[in-house]
Amino acid sequence: MTDLSVDLGFLRLKNPVLAASGTFGYGLEFEPFLELERLGGFVVKGLYYGPREGNPPPRLVETPSGLINAIGLQGIGVAAFAEKILPRLRSLKTAVIVNVCGASEEEYVRVVEFLDGCEGIAAYELNISCPNVQKDGACPAFSPEATAAIVREVKRAGRRPVITKLSPNVTSVVEIALAAQEAGTDAVALVNTFLAMAIDVETRRPKLGNVLGGLSGPAIRPIAVRMVWQVASRLKVPVIGVGGIRTGTDALEFLIAGARAVQVGTANLVDPDACLRVLAGLEDYCRRHGIGRLEEIVGTVKT
Amino acid sequence: MLKNPEAKIVGREAWGDYVLLRFEAPTISALARPGQFLMVRVADGPYPLLRRPLGIHLRKDKALGVFFKIAGEGTALLARKRPGETLDVLGPLGNGFSVDPCLAGKAVFAVGGGRGIAPLYFLAWELRALGAAVKILYGGRTKDDVPLAARFRDEAFDQVLTTDDGSAGREGFVTAALEEEAGKAAPAMIFACGPDPMLEAVGRIAAARDIPAELSLESRMGCGFGACWGCVQRVRVDGKPAWVKICEDGPVFPAEAVVWDKDAR
Repeated sequence: MTDLSVDLGFLRLKNPVLAASGTFGYGLEFEPFLELERLGGFVVKGLYYGPREGNPPPRLVETPSGLINAIGLQGIGVAAFAEKILPRLRSLKTAVIVNVCGASEEEYVRVVEFLDGCEGIAAYELNISCPNVQKDGACPAFSPEATAAIVREVKRAGRRPVITKLSPNVTSVVEIALAAQEAGTDAVALVNTFLAMAIDVETRRPKLGNVLGGLSGPAIRPIAVRMVWQVASRLKVPVIGVGGIRTGTDALEFLIAGARAVQVGTANLVDPDACLRVLAGLEDYCRRHGIGRLEEIVGTVKT
Repeated sequence: MLKNPEAKIVGREAWGDYVLLRFEAPTISALARPGQFLMVRVADGPYPLLRRPLGIHLRKDKALGVFFKIAGEGTALLARKRPGETLDVLGPLGNGFSVDPCLAGKAVFAVGGGRGIAPLYFLAWELRALGAAVKILYGGRTKDDVPLAARFRDEAFDQVLTTDDGSAGREGFVTAALEEEAGKAAPAMIFACGPDPMLEAVGRIAAARDIPAELSLESRMGCGFGACWGCVQRVRVDGKPAWVKICEDGPVFPAEAVVWDKDAR
């Protein structure tokens, strides 16, 4: 029996497979398809302090092996989450991670202060990298200073571990990751979606209501693996790899590149039990390679 | 809702760009209601990536059917599937039409535009089983876009057929036929599925005559089960317009709740 557990330092996961924010609803949507407790954990959809409208449709466009989305973080806000959702997640024996959003540093702090009053949350994931809420796809994760400021404020205000989710739409993701580490983040997750655009040539209009969106899915995986490898070789805090994972093999690429855990995103939309397929693939790999503890392979890429 | 990755295809019919696939999915079939839909994979690998949302067209014994128009790469791949092969389907999803027992003995209209006829066939049979008198109003651009007209006729449904160019049935939009038919004898209920402008017109005609109507909206979808919030329509919730998920809160909405006017959003 392979030991699939991984240690993030601040949190031990029963296995490295997390479901990524924005692709897993608030978790409950997936109960008809899989036992949530089989997952290492899941990251619920981003929460601002209050409810949020989101962007006008169309919000999605499919591209080769990918998906551009511009949902705009429509959501129910922290109070409704705490009242209606969290009580049903609390009893699960799996890590429930809350993706925290804010239109300002103050809002990130308010969200975390509110959630600190609730039980049943393993960690916060700071969403500083959504490309669909500011003009031109800008986000705090474009700047080391803005990244560090939010991490610092949230760490000061909150009592739980913080995972900072980074944007790939930067010149040096390593520089931003180092800034987040310096400011006290407990882990980094990368990557968020790639800023993208699609045009209907018949009408010459953008295919998305928001004009720009974020590209996810298998199309981005090799770029995400590259970024995870670059960041993991420079950081002390654990790295969580995200980007186009559909299978155990895909997840292994990230683990071998240096990620201590992975997030499965877009694949959940296509196959709501995609995380289980990834897990089965990891188990099979360990069996084939005689690996007793999966964690041993983290960062073992031979370069 | 369930996932059946290996629903065996047992039948295929095609009329030009329109295709009907029948497949065995006993558990999904037992749960299915008219107006609900399935998310269907069109390829095994990552391209095309997403499932396609398709309204449940028919239920016969343990088999279900989907009826669709080839409109792009995904549906073109789906159209290549043959009996003996399998389909990966997820469903039944969404809320479905109100097949209310109080409609027994009453006249009801089912208004379909183009491929929007798909869920209305299943609905028509369920309404007939209930004892409702169903009138099909079926419209398309040309005679090639109303391939199911012969079937409705052979199965003795009262049908008004329209085409935009007059190549089959009455010339004009199906909504013009609706206006005329509703004027002659107002039905107890109108059900409709088709392109947005058609649904908007159906809603307007129904409201003017105070006839309750349900509209099944079409949309591209990410997941089909409420996780991604990718398919939204402006709908009044407690009187206030909000972006509502078509997959989870629809695809069927009461006509009066749907907000079409971009300025009133």
